Amino acid sequence: MNLLTLSWKYLSFRPLATGLNVILLAFGLAIITVLLLVQHQFEQKMTRDAAGIDLVVGAKGSPLQLILSSVYNIDFPTGNIKMEEAQRISRSRLVKQVIPLAMGDNVQGLRILGANHDYLDLYAVKFAAGKAWEKPFEVTLGAESAQILGLRLGDTFSGSHGISVGSHDHDQHAFRVTGILAPSGKVVDRLVLTSIESVWYTHDEAGGAEPDTTTQGEEVSIVEEEGTLEEVIDPHLLPVAARGFPISDQEREVTTLLIRYRNPMAAIQLPRMINSGTSMQAASPAFEMSRLFELLGVGISLLKGLALALVVIAGLSIFIALYNSLKERKYDLAILRTLGASRGQLVALVFLEGISLTILGAIFGIAFGHGFLALIVEFASQEVVSLVDPWLFLPEEGLIFGYALAVGIIASLIPAWSAYQTSIAKQLTKT
Amino acid sequence: MLLQSTSLSFAYPGQPSLSFPDFSLSGGETVLLLGKSGSGKTTFLNLLAGLLSPSHGQVILDGTVLSALQGHRLDLFRGQHIGIVFQKPHLIAALTVKQNLELAQFLSNKKGGSPADLLQDLGIAGKASAAVGTLSEGEAQRVSIARALINKPKLILADEPTSSLDDEHAQRVITLLKSEAAKIGAALVIVTHDQRVKSEVSQVLELKSA
Repeated sequence: MNLLTLSWKYLSFRPLATGLNVILLAFGLAIITVLLLVQHQFEQKMTRDAAGIDLVVGAKGSPLQLILSSVYNIDFPTGNIKMEEAQRISRSRLVKQVIPLAMGDNVQGLRILGANHDYLDLYAVKFAAGKAWEKPFEVTLGAESAQILGLRLGDTFSGSHGISVGSHDHDQHAFRVTGILAPSGKVVDRLVLTSIESVWYTHDEAGGAEPDTTTQGEEVSIVEEEGTLEEVIDPHLLPVAARGFPISDQEREVTTLLIRYRNPMAAIQLPRMINSGTSMQAASPAFEMSRLFELLGVGISLLKGLALALVVIAGLSIFIALYNSLKERKYDLAILRTLGASRGQLVALVFLEGISLTILGAIFGIAFGHGFLALIVEFASQEVVSLVDPWLFLPEEGLIFGYALAVGIIASLIPAWSAYQTSIAKQLTKT
Repeated sequence: MLLQSTSLSFAYPGQPSLSFPDFSLSGGETVLLLGKSGSGKTTFLNLLAGLLSPSHGQVILDGTVLSALQGHRLDLFRGQHIGIVFQKPHLIAALTVKQNLELAQFLSNKKGGSPADLLQDLGIAGKASAAVGTLSEGEAQRVSIARALINKPKLILADEPTSSLDDEHAQRVITLLKSEAAKIGAALVIVTHDQRVKSEVSQVLELKSA
């Protein structure tokens, strides 16, 4: 028998009140846990995926959409740009590196992204098996993509048109897996990477058979008008460009350009030059993302407020529970004193009860938070939320124990003081 | 002398001072404390237990002056050397019978007595792991006696221990108190106006109304 056991006996003697208080607090703390996890992981992911990209250039439209589609592969692209125009930008002395990207197809909802090997270097990828693509229709799968598609080295598959599931298939050309990436926690995990040429050639042949397949305005299709049969040599035999722009004697298009500045001056001059001097638009990932977080911030603050209100109510409820049970237990306290307990031990007993309640609340709250997130991720495996790992534990969750402890201590203050003040003789004479 | 009180007096705020007769008691002896309502029986008991501190005079238990002890040392001394039986059992309802006794051992920091043996002596061994709420009045009072005895105190104070019990149980409780006190050589002070008790104890201390 010790004080902790005694406080626990008192708590379990009133299971309903104890349970209610624990659950109330747990819900408040669960919301905080979810917010903490989502915010932390999103921000970290967003910053990591945009590292090394100073500017994104694409077709005119919403700058946020441009960033979301080309850096994070979430939204639909804004359209295509002419490669000739894109190449002009790459020759500017303000530009250190340009990575052209081509989009337009998916396989089971995973995007097929046409890029060059610079893109692999940008995310410092490691190969789990095989190597990067060298010829058209060779693809490298991101770690998650490989898992979802269940494909291994040497397997073949065909993509479908558009960037979401449900469009018609391009069965004329099968992609062949020649590389699988190791998990990196970055955007490449959920991509199917190939050369820009692969994306072009897929649509070259589809172009004749299925002329206009735009089912939605924003959908991108790279369709080549010219390209007579005599000129087309079997594309499978040509090596693709590993760096820079692919070589083509035809008028080609790409979807976006990821640009790295040569010097700080570029940050001032280049966006203005592109936005006013060309038919393309330039957007900065850092700027657009901070704008997005600002917009989301309102919702997050609202949820934080709700969580705070819940925690405060839980604190009040714990205070009332402790205070009431203490009023019923004044006689118990006096008895404890006659049995040899000091005032300090009674105070400790009250604090132990309050803190045990809130620590339990914190444990359940964190468990609820992670469980709830796991549930969401489970049901929304194709959405943006699925980027969040629900079983990642952050050091900030220690703060939740801190909050809980603070609530427990504050709620116990007044009851503890009244326990300290209890006069044994007066209490015992009162019958 | 195990217990000695000399020129004790106590005043509640705003009320005339109460004076108590000097008295002393040896180990194994029993004294009955009688007096009309308002004569200060309970106050006297509280002074003897160190729950109140006297405005004059002192209580000496086995060579220790109670009023000289303060704070936790007094609490601990009381827990270790004084057992108190109240009119109502006042057991801790959240604990079992055995845990109530263990709590008394923990709070007084005094290990040694075996709760099981004591419950056996008091005829309630079968109730050791029963919840307090399931006990009858008589059983509960016997548990509270066990709790007062568990630390083998030098002084046992009983405040109207039989007033809520029927004849049979009252008889049993008094017999138990006397025999257990004698067994551990403790002085026993019983406050009562219960006729059933008066016939059991020869030594009487009568408090006069102020």
